[in-house]
Amino acid sequence: MPNVMIRVKENGNLLFYIAKKDQEEEIRTVECDSDSEWGGEIELTDGSRYYIDPMTPRPTFPTTLRFKRL
Amino acid sequence: MSAMSPSDTQALITEVLEIYPEKAKKDRAKHLAVNDPSLEQSKKCITSNRKSLPGVMTIRGCAYAGSKGVVWGPIKDMIHISHGPVGCGQYSRAGRRNYYVGTTGINTFGTMNFTSDFQEKDIVFGGDKKLAKILTEIEQLFPLNKGITVQSECPIGLIGDDIEAVSKKAAKEIGKPVVPVRCEGFRGVSQSLGHHIANDAVRDWILGNRDTDTSFVTTPYDVTIIGDYNIGGDAWSSRTLLEEMGLRVIAQWSGDGTLAEMENTPKAKLNLLHCYRSMNYISRHMEEKYGTPWMEYNFFGPTKIAESLRKIAGFFDATIQANTEKVIQKYQAEYEAVIAKYKPRLQGKRVMLYVGGLRPRHIIGAYEDLGMEVVGTGYEFGHNDDYDRTLKEMGSATLIYDDVTGYEFEEFVKKVKPDLIGSGIKEKYIFQKMGIPFRQMHSWDYSGPYHGYDGFAIFARDMDMTLNNPCWSRIVPPWQQAAA
Repeated sequence: MPNVMIRVKENGNLLFYIAKKDQEEEIRTVECDSDSEWGGEIELTDGSRYYIDPMTPRPTFPTTLRFKRL
Repeated sequence: MSAMSPSDTQALITEVLEIYPEKAKKDRAKHLAVNDPSLEQSKKCITSNRKSLPGVMTIRGCAYAGSKGVVWGPIKDMIHISHGPVGCGQYSRAGRRNYYVGTTGINTFGTMNFTSDFQEKDIVFGGDKKLAKILTEIEQLFPLNKGITVQSECPIGLIGDDIEAVSKKAAKEIGKPVVPVRCEGFRGVSQSLGHHIANDAVRDWILGNRDTDTSFVTTPYDVTIIGDYNIGGDAWSSRTLLEEMGLRVIAQWSGDGTLAEMENTPKAKLNLLHCYRSMNYISRHMEEKYGTPWMEYNFFGPTKIAESLRKIAGFFDATIQANTEKVIQKYQAEYEAVIAKYKPRLQGKRVMLYVGGLRPRHIIGAYEDLGMEVVGTGYEFGHNDDYDRTLKEMGSATLIYDDVTGYEFEEFVKKVKPDLIGSGIKEKYIFQKMGIPFRQMHSWDYSGPYHGYDGFAIFARDMDMTLNNPCWSRIVPPWQQAAA
């Protein structure tokens, strides 16, 4: 259950940052990604997948969230 | 030696590792790599931020060094107590050349050493009483201090002193911030954790102090310089450029910085981050809490400076962007003259670097501007996100070494035969005795500044002065020369 900081990257994509691992990765896909809802299964560019219960309303980034590793 | 191919470099690594026992070899192999600029992620080729192997010569420091020496130490109007035995503070005192303006001992305290000088009885009975006494005494002797930090040395954590309680009580008494920093030297694997602990202490004890205070008049052009320790005046030569662009620098972290500047930092429009390794934590925190964007920049060498200035200007309006072009143009003649003068003398020279947490990648641009090539680089205490950023800066088949041991570094140098080495004081005399030109790149070898256009001129002069110094041909005494 890593604590992950998500911020908007310069190119507009979301950056998935796990401080403990110094891992910076772009988010490739988000299961629920709309103006009202955000979350579900998330896939990063390196292929690893994480899960978070979908949130309403969509959180404002940057923010720190707790994900489950799949 | 001509350019190496990836297989040559790999062969070199294997050869150097040969001397280690099986287990050590396996561990060290993960920290040495051949660069492949096409890789997006460094974790595929290098492991970093791991405990140094017992028995090897490492060059790393400790968490106390990261907190007191790097992050907190340069804040000039606060008093930083080295809480514990006297040595840690005394032997690191004023060594980092963080320049500042002010009257030392009156309103600034940068080069002074304050310590609680632990004795046996303090270890046995606890040092909290002593600390309380020191805090009151400091307030009497140096009334113009703006706050005090307590930088723990190893024994504090070992004996379990409650410095937080003492600090809180003292803060109430003297009416100034007293910040306990739990940066005992044994924490973590290198000074890097000390940076993190110091950042967390800033976040918890300093940053929010003026959140409700609106007396500070802000402008839309407020920026801060974060992670510039003003070594030899670096922050000043960066600051002038930003000010010429029309921006207002409201805080310097932490070279020549003050407590008030730090407290006002959340009011900035943009945080400019130079040393990513030591201060990305607080920048990320400010982005999350205050919505202040941050960006990494690089003020080494005209190419990177121009790139960074334009990127900074991109956050602001057209006037600033126009000013930026004017600034770049203004200095163009100056830096072109520097390049014209030194490039012929330095062209094609090969450099190996081994520095702390930012310079191994940041300085590469400056060397390239002078026509030099960086053939090997490595971090003492970088993490994988640092290596992510390094891979692209470096050429293919160059050496990358993490937390390199004394033995490995020597062997690499013997084989790669660089024309110049840039590393720290512990490596300096070994390599100079081997007859290789060396620059101490932690404190700019008592020169500097190296940041900004002004700094670049000094950088180029220093490199030329070292590389083309006639002394290198005199290393072997005449009676041995004949025999060879």
